[in-house]
Amino acid sequence: MQIVIKDASKTFIQNGKEFTALDKVNLEIEKGEFICLLGPSGCGKSTLLNAIAGFDLVNHGSIKIDDVEVTRPTDKNVTIFQNYGLLPWRTVEKNVQLGLESKKLSKEERKEISDKYIELVGLDKFKKSHPRQLSGGMQQRVAIARALVVDPDILFMDEPFGALDAITRMKLQDDILDICRKENKTIIFVTHDIEEAVYLADRIVVMTPNPGKVKSVVKVPLHHFRDRTSGNFLQVRDKIFELFNLKSDTYIEYNI
Amino acid sequence: MKKLLSFKNVIISIGILIGLWQILFIVSDFDSVLFPSPLQAFNALIEMCNDGTLLNNIGTSMYRFGVGYVSSVVIAIVLGLILGRIPSVFKYINPMVQLLRPISPTAWMPFIVLLFGIGDIPAIVIIFIAAFFPVLLSTVGAVGNIDPIYYKVSKNFGIKQPYLMWKVIFPAAFPQIANGIHLALGTAWIFLVAGEMVGAQSGLGYQIIDARNNIRADVLLATILVIGLIGLLLDTLLKSIEKQILKLWGGA
Repeated sequence: MQIVIKDASKTFIQNGKEFTALDKVNLEIEKGEFICLLGPSGCGKSTLLNAIAGFDLVNHGSIKIDDVEVTRPTDKNVTIFQNYGLLPWRTVEKNVQLGLESKKLSKEERKEISDKYIELVGLDKFKKSHPRQLSGGMQQRVAIARALVVDPDILFMDEPFGALDAITRMKLQDDILDICRKENKTIIFVTHDIEEAVYLADRIVVMTPNPGKVKSVVKVPLHHFRDRTSGNFLQVRDKIFELFNLKSDTYIEYNI
Repeated sequence: MKKLLSFKNVIISIGILIGLWQILFIVSDFDSVLFPSPLQAFNALIEMCNDGTLLNNIGTSMYRFGVGYVSSVVIAIVLGLILGRIPSVFKYINPMVQLLRPISPTAWMPFIVLLFGIGDIPAIVIIFIAAFFPVLLSTVGAVGNIDPIYYKVSKNFGIKQPYLMWKVIFPAAFPQIANGIHLALGTAWIFLVAGEMVGAQSGLGYQIIDARNNIRADVLLATILVIGLIGLLLDTLLKSIEKQILKLWGGA
């Protein structure tokens, strides 16, 4: 097991009252797995992600990556954010090289690595552009390339495609699946989009709010290259719908 | 084309100003020695150019301005970046700044002259004070406004001080700092003249006092025009530098 989460809880004091953002989460994640944390806002999915990534630690229980307790973020696990977090004053190339600058590498080596990943995300023509000259989807590709250059074991993605239009989002979903297979990364992906979760994940961690906790973990018995309209796909989606009580139990016909 | 057009606008605008001046000259009852016409002032300008006093005084003033303004901006930015990062310290500094800030730099003048005597230093100190607070406060504010995501990203990639300051905080805050720098330029230029009128025996400000003492209103008005013109040029220059730098930030 690469990631082991045991009884992880997170509480805040809000207006003098204790508020439980995350309640006794238990989860084990294997290397190379694609995990989606799925749930409505306030269910603690981002809180859980931030805790595993080391930005905002839990105050009860433990989270271990490769048997080491998480205490702070490292470049072995890189987070990709919804609003990209690119540095607007740097070109695409310089943004991608950001994580390499604290490593002992020559300029040529840095360029070689960044070129490789900029090509991987299909932005070779935009190396010298600034982020603001790119579309949202392209900016997120830059962020993905920037994350990959440091060769992390785990990618954390916090609603990374939430700000993109539907078609761009689907394209990027395919790309991230592709990259995941090519680079063999563990991916923990936060989303509130049920279809997105079914399309991407090996396992879906379904979370519910008040207090934020894991309701159930759904294994997706589909292979990569999923068909969004196939029966199997819809079946898994149905199951998730049920978990969120989004399906009416019986169909009622009104005749007046 | 756009630049040419705005240049045309400047010429027309200044033309109107001189026209108004001429009309005032014609309708007023003042002796032309006390209230000269634009032509008289222009002749005085030519005279000053020819005997070299104008160029000399411009040189002196620009030197003082350069030293005072640049040192003030640099120190204010460095202090602002540091204080912006440690709000627990700034909360003790801020009341001090707010107390000193509303004091007109000229109020310090007698004190500075007592300490340093008459010469370059009083003018430089005045310009320093005039530029310091706007830049300091805009820098502290800019650092406070930095999107927290930049810190998260830096933390993730293990970027530590001093690189964090140089690679992330300063550039992220820069557009807002530039505002302060720009604002300070105008203020500092205004106080240069005040500083030289009291604490110096040379420079454009002194030239005004000197012209008054000699009852040369034409020289006086010509000097005022030159001060305005240089102020305009400095502002235009800084604006274009600012635009170039902000272009690097990917805006526009």
